[in-house]
Amino acid sequence: MRLYARPYAGQMLVMLATALLAVAAAISIPLVIRRIVDGPVTHGDRSALLPLAALALVLGVVEASLNFTRRWIQGTSTLGMERDIRDVLYRHLQSLPPAFHDRWLSGQLLSRLTSDLSAVRRFFGFGLIFLVANVATFAAICTLLVRIDVFLGLVVTASLVPIGFLCARFHHQFSGVSRRVQDQTGDLASRVEEAAQGIRVVKAFGRRRHIVDQYTADSTEVRGTQLEKVRIRAGFASVLDVIPNATLGVVLVLGALAVGSGRISLGDLVAFITLALQLVWPVEALGFILASAQEAGTAAQRVFEVLDTEPEIASPAVPVPLTGPDGGPPVGRVRFEGVGYRFPGSDRDVLHDIDLELEPGETLALVGTSGSGKTTLAMLLPRLADATRGRVTIDGHDVRDVALPDLRTVVATAFEEPILFSASVRENVTLGRPDATDADVEAALDLAQARFAHDLPWGLDTRVGEQGMSLSGGQRQRLALARAVLGRPRVLVLDDPLSALDVETEALVEEALRRVLAATTAVVVVHRPSTVALADRVAFLRDGTVEAVGTHADLMATNHAYAEVMGDPATVVVPGQSRREEVRR
Amino acid sequence: MSAPTKAPSGADWRGVAAEHTENVSSTVAGLLRGRSRRLLGSLLAPHRRTLWVVLGLVVVQNLASLAGPYLIGAGIDRGIPPLLRGEGGGTLAVVGVAFAVATGLQVLTQRTFMLLTGRIGQDVVLDLRTRVFEHFQRLSMAFHEDYTSGRVISRQTSDVDAISEFLDGGVDAVVRALLSIVGIGVTMLLLDVPLAIVGLASFVPLFALTLWFRRESATAYRTTREAVAMVIVQIVETLTGIRAVQAFRREPRNEEIFAALNERYRAASQKSFSLMAVYGPGMKLISNVTIALILFYGGTRVLDGELGVGVLTAFLLYLRRFFDPLQDLAQFFNALQSATAALEKLSGVLEEAPSVPDAERPRALPAPRGAVRFDAVSFGYKEKVVLPGLDLHVPAGQTVALVGATGAGKTTIARLLGRFYDPVEGRVLLDGVDLREVEEHDLHRAVVTVTQESFLFSGSVADNIAFGRPGASRGDIEEAARRIGAHEFIAALPEGYDTDVRKRGGRLSAGQRQLVSFARAFLADPAVLVLDEATSSLDIPHERLVQSALRTILADRTALIIAHRLSTVEIADRVLVLSDGRVVEDGPPHELAAGTGPYARLHHAWRQSLHRTGAA
Ligand SMILES: Nc1ncnc2c1ncn2[C@@H]1O[C@H](COP(=O)(O)OP(=O)(O)O)[C@@H](O)[C@H]1O
Ligand SMILES: Nc1ncnc2c1ncn2[C@@H]1O[C@H](COP(=O)(O)OP(=O)(O)O)[C@@H](O)[C@H]1O
Ligand SMILES: [Mg+2]
Ligand SMILES: [Mg+2]
Repeated sequence: MRLYARPYAGQMLVMLATALLAVAAAISIPLVIRRIVDGPVTHGDRSALLPLAALALVLGVVEASLNFTRRWIQGTSTLGMERDIRDVLYRHLQSLPPAFHDRWLSGQLLSRLTSDLSAVRRFFGFGLIFLVANVATFAAICTLLVRIDVFLGLVVTASLVPIGFLCARFHHQFSGVSRRVQDQTGDLASRVEEAAQGIRVVKAFGRRRHIVDQYTADSTEVRGTQLEKVRIRAGFASVLDVIPNATLGVVLVLGALAVGSGRISLGDLVAFITLALQLVWPVEALGFILASAQEAGTAAQRVFEVLDTEPEIASPAVPVPLTGPDGGPPVGRVRFEGVGYRFPGSDRDVLHDIDLELEPGETLALVGTSGSGKTTLAMLLPRLADATRGRVTIDGHDVRDVALPDLRTVVATAFEEPILFSASVRENVTLGRPDATDADVEAALDLAQARFAHDLPWGLDTRVGEQGMSLSGGQRQRLALARAVLGRPRVLVLDDPLSALDVETEALVEEALRRVLAATTAVVVVHRPSTVALADRVAFLRDGTVEAVGTHADLMATNHAYAEVMGDPATVVVPGQSRREEVRR
Repeated sequence: MSAPTKAPSGADWRGVAAEHTENVSSTVAGLLRGRSRRLLGSLLAPHRRTLWVVLGLVVVQNLASLAGPYLIGAGIDRGIPPLLRGEGGGTLAVVGVAFAVATGLQVLTQRTFMLLTGRIGQDVVLDLRTRVFEHFQRLSMAFHEDYTSGRVISRQTSDVDAISEFLDGGVDAVVRALLSIVGIGVTMLLLDVPLAIVGLASFVPLFALTLWFRRESATAYRTTREAVAMVIVQIVETLTGIRAVQAFRREPRNEEIFAALNERYRAASQKSFSLMAVYGPGMKLISNVTIALILFYGGTRVLDGELGVGVLTAFLLYLRRFFDPLQDLAQFFNALQSATAALEKLSGVLEEAPSVPDAERPRALPAPRGAVRFDAVSFGYKEKVVLPGLDLHVPAGQTVALVGATGAGKTTIARLLGRFYDPVEGRVLLDGVDLREVEEHDLHRAVVTVTQESFLFSGSVADNIAFGRPGASRGDIEEAARRIGAHEFIAALPEGYDTDVRKRGGRLSAGQRQLVSFARAFLADPAVLVLDEATSSLDIPHERLVQSALRTILADRTALIIAHRLSTVEIADRVLVLSDGRVVEDGPPHELAAGTGPYARLHHAWRQSLHRTGAA
């Protein structure tokens, strides 16, 4: 926290100074008034009236300007700090691996980026300043009081004891609830997000009532926790407010006794009381300030839980350049060496003992039933996950030794669920390769049979994605494919790339892909026999490991389970010749 | 988007239309303000009685706190002298007890007051939350496609937060401030009329300043709400697509976009802070100047012998207490402005009428048979016509497959049948009843759609399947999973049916998600089942399982199946070939396959694709 506050420390100090000076001005105005009333007015001194009134005016203007300065700086400094942390947090979230994002509800992350940061900002702009200013005021006034009368001054100072006790108890009770409210609000935000993103399903099943009831139940829970918070605050504030007043009562009585016994003068007592009255607001404000401090504290805790999560997948401190065998550009020899993978928090390996080697330019199909780990295995190449055992290499370099941007420039990926951003078609396709020429884009769109993009209202400048045109699943998939093949990456990962295409389009895309794949090392996740034709070899995944590797024809002939996954009794499969006859492993 | 300039009767400020607009004309601003005030009023209406109680409490509390000083004074004047004279502390004890009672009363009333206002605030927030949430769910797909989920989220998080902040803070201060301003104003008039007039004249500049602040801050807060919405939209989009962000190194570009949006949000907030920096201290300045003026004017009058010193002293003391609460009022007004901007957005959402409205006088569909008819239906999303006039009759119990090139309009037909949209012309009928006259709940008990995007909610597998029929028993849930071959993998999950599938079902593979969404649809047991490329991510064995399950499940129900794999189409009784929104061929699959039409060609291409396997 201190790190983010540092650039604004100077401004904070100015805010604090103006707050203290404004308090001083506010205290001195009544003093001036007293001087005027007791002096010139009572004694009929007309000539002194004007300068003293002018002094009151000047003090009034000074107080207002100090307030203005403090608030103005508050706007520039604390909002700047909030923005800085939000930028840092956003950047950090982008660097955390998909495994992290799978574990966290996005509403929880969103509430950290928004309401939690605002709570922290509010404290720095107001709570912290007045906490310090009020403590200073309290100390100053108590000192003055003790100087007027030691005994009465100590009585006032002693009121600190119950105040301290109350604050401690409040701290104890409040921080738990404050955290709970923030967590529950984050969950509520997650519900909102799910309901918004899953609206089609809700509508398809007509489950509005159901989902509204769920949301109402959750909101009611938040309301309950909020009320608990209100109860604690009410208990604290109502008792706290009494302390300064009760202290004043005690002081008055004791003071009257002292005056009666002649220990102090009546004038002293009046001065004492006037001064002590200035203590009421700082104490009363404590309730509000402490609550804000607590909320900021738990909010900062929540923010730092995320900021302190180290990205498990990051560029190494000293990355090696991703070069080919002769020191030139990489050729794309890919090896999986004894690779195993276990999801965080899981107690079994999804993948184990995987050994595969892809020659430069070779295409390997990954085949297996749903849930056999094809996607998981494919994602190890662009390091969207890191193998928990063994290693994955490209041209002999462990992918973990290479700088992430280098690796992800060499490896291009198309996901099973196409993701488009709210940007133009062109920007979506050239994602990650801003140096691509128009001709490259055309070639990629041609290949992916995505020429429909030219017919969109603004052609390739049409904005798509959530904030743009709605496209059909097949259209999205083709754009995602165009993006992956753009600029002929050395290594290509295609996860079930043709699932949403109709038969004719699929045939055309396959035809075009074949040309690209001839020169590119590729891992293609495949469900259909037709798509297997793209591959030189097939790796059959079963029970978390590669059960067999070979040409489609070989596996059909030798592996019963494979034939079952690929075979279709409605069809007589004509075994064809494969481009690469040798069988490895 | 340009500022709407039309007369208020124009439709361009209604609903969410003015959301992107920052500088609205004053007429529109007034209308928007009125709309938010009405919403606030309707939210507070149920609490009218409690609000009176709250007001009473404030009065009692103020009296109790005023009693304190009075009692102390009494104690000193009448309690202490007898004590000093050694006549016993009886009077002092009475005063002491009264003081304790007053203090107790103060604690009690303040506590009750805080609890009550807290309760009202929370109830209002809860009411608002559920109203907005439900309304978003009611709004049609056409709205959601334009509005984006990020905005939906921002309305329900940051806007609601702005309102709850307003309700949280300062309401008590305001009531107290208003009370003391009125009370002291009257007292000052009683004390001395000329001085009081000078004091009250300060309300003229105060009022002008407030008007200025109101106008400027309304714009500033409107901008802030919009800016924070854009920040949230960007966050949601990044988090949703994090895999693609990372794989395609979009991080730097995203950072750029985010930094710009974040800075815009900061600048917008700073604008409102700056306005407040002028407004609050401005009020202070006016009050301080007034005090100095009265000091001088009053002092002169005392010197002229027109006024007693005591009166002036009292007047000055009251004057300060008169002006002090103004700061609280300024603070409150500021929070109110911020909340009004948020209410403006939310009331806009609530004002949006669903383009697929609920039936006004719904007709019951107690036992739907599932006869579907498209009666001269034309439809287009925006300007472009997708279906130029479709006539189609599907008798109850028939399984119909829709085939055709991408963009032919297959999904559109499925959406019309599921009433995600209403036709522009013509009618879609179920058992002879226009879908527009069927109650939503009835309609979706009868018609269920499964799409390619198998969205799952975070929560257990069982809960997700039970979404098809809330309240279904575990036995029914397992049975549905068994029928489509999902039981094996579910049972193998660490906690079986109770395994949390996580956000959007991320704990499962794509194929597994599709199986769960199938199970969900089967459990719903609809009369009409619509499958839109619902098997695209399944492996062949699972696809076969689903197909054989479909054969039995669809035996006695109507089905509309859209699939690229003709293997799925072959279970249909009838195939419709669609081209540019028109049915170009219609008949049983085997007959069409044997013919020479478009389906025969498709069928041939598909057989070819199967044979292509493994060939070079
Ligand atoms: N976050 C996770 N934690 C634990 N298991 C997971 C997680 N995500 C996926 N799995 C499991 O890992 C297996 C492999 O998934 P995946 O690689 O997506 O399969 P597919 O071969 O269909 O692409 C599945 O059984 C799935 O249930
Ligand atoms: N939400 C939408 N907004 C605007 N246009 C759409 C939308 N959905 C589909 N379209 C357009 O309508 C036409 C028909 O689409 P669709 O029914 O999805 O075809 P199919 O399912 O046969 O591939 C296409 O040109 C498509 O681009
Ligand atoms: Mg997969
Ligand atoms: Mg479609």
